[in-house]
Amino acid sequence: MFPEAMDVASASRISLPPKHTIMSGTENLKSTSLTQLHINLGAKMVPFAGYNMPVQYSNLKEEHMAVRNSVGMFDVSHMGEFKISGKGAQALLEWVTSNDVSKLVNLQAQYSCLPNESGGIVDDLIVYRWDENEFYAVVNASNIEKDWNWIVKQNEEKGFGAEMENLSDGMSLLAIQGPNALKTIQKLTDVNLSEIEFYHFNRGTVAGVEHVIISNTGYTGAGGFELYFANEDAEKMWNAIMEAGKEFGILPCGLGCRDTLRLEKGYCLYGNDINDETSPIEAGLGWITKFDHPFVNWEHHAKIKADKPSKKLIGFEMIDRGIPRQHYPIVDVNGNNIGEVTSGTQSPSLDKAIGMGYVTSDFAKTGSEIYVEIRGKALKAQVVKMPFL
Amino acid sequence: MNFPDSLKYTKDHEWVKVEGDVAVIGITDFAQSELGDVVFVEIETEGETLDSEATFGTVEAVKTVSDLYMPVSGEIIEVNSGLEGNPENVNTDPYGSGWMIKVKMSDPSQVDALMDAAAYTEMVGA
Repeated sequence: MFPEAMDVASASRISLPPKHTIMSGTENLKSTSLTQLHINLGAKMVPFAGYNMPVQYSNLKEEHMAVRNSVGMFDVSHMGEFKISGKGAQALLEWVTSNDVSKLVNLQAQYSCLPNESGGIVDDLIVYRWDENEFYAVVNASNIEKDWNWIVKQNEEKGFGAEMENLSDGMSLLAIQGPNALKTIQKLTDVNLSEIEFYHFNRGTVAGVEHVIISNTGYTGAGGFELYFANEDAEKMWNAIMEAGKEFGILPCGLGCRDTLRLEKGYCLYGNDINDETSPIEAGLGWITKFDHPFVNWEHHAKIKADKPSKKLIGFEMIDRGIPRQHYPIVDVNGNNIGEVTSGTQSPSLDKAIGMGYVTSDFAKTGSEIYVEIRGKALKAQVVKMPFL
Repeated sequence: MNFPDSLKYTKDHEWVKVEGDVAVIGITDFAQSELGDVVFVEIETEGETLDSEATFGTVEAVKTVSDLYMPVSGEIIEVNSGLEGNPENVNTDPYGSGWMIKVKMSDPSQVDALMDAAAYTEMVGA
């Protein structure tokens, strides 16, 4: 759900563009309702998925640790939201998503993916069920148009007759994450948040804003909530949460630590760890790939599962000193290519260099010794179980 | 942003402090701020003689990695071993304990071609 652009595939000169160039480069970027507020707060802004987004406010590690240990808030309003409703809504979602939408009860959410027809993944997403005729799909910002066109096409070709509405441009999304997220938001609402279980949601008034979707979900593995509401209330909501979280040392958090947080938990990032060519079975997403219902290209993935995938997404820790980055080659002890890094960073919580990548299945077992080629040197790493933390 | 007047600067965001025919070299406040948290500095060129513009090492931050370039030609006579255990000094004290290498310059006049603080400040728009 975040940046290819953030990971630098190969070493580059410290040739950071002058600030005025950075500014003029943002002219064609979309803003969220909070973009100006981020700039006023002094955030470092970067183009991401066509939006001008904060990558960090003060310090990536501090923001990361605020989420792990207390509470932090992310503006992720760039994400896309589709309303899918009417009699055909559930049948459409059962067909386009790999997980089993029929298992959802009202006010429950489900992580899933949209398989394409060529063996890969259109996008990963969260499906929300309000009731049997009203669902919401939350998708990655970079894929809004692609996902919309894809689901519309399936709806028309298969004649599901679902009604679809793209709410993305009118909706804001704040992710309040960390062990003190609940206490922070609880000060602003009468909805009993402790009654909303993990991957469940409700609607209620928060900070005087009505009809907020309060979802016990997130991309950090630190616990917390995601709040969906109309754009016009974005500043009011942001300021109320910052005030409520003051006693817990709440920090505004950028996309930089969103990436390190998700990577420590082994969560896939579309564009890095999964894409148009990877099977969810290879990506370790078998748990959201349910063959008890037919879905787009399900036979292909069922066969990969039955035959055992030839490559797998694994997590690894560096033993030699070096930081793995996207697209670095993975080799065996003899220098034979066995795969490629898809994500990597220095984990702020573990203070270790960690990464994810695809390797041939022979090397996918926990404890396997692999080597990552970093600037011409093969540096030793070890396959470990995910999550890292 | 702090760009001391006593230093010279490159377009690649290194700074140079001249001490006789020795140049002390590091990266600027702007560079460390753009890179973010520095995780380690890898310099394996001690004792080598390199031309200006040649790579003398790399700096790894949490989110990115960058090569380090020689502002002037000369022999690398010392590497800051303090960065081994405390790479964050590059962030907290870029012109002090965050220095990276000392170079015995083969042509000290190369320093004249580098930017002064005012020109560098203008370049980064700080």
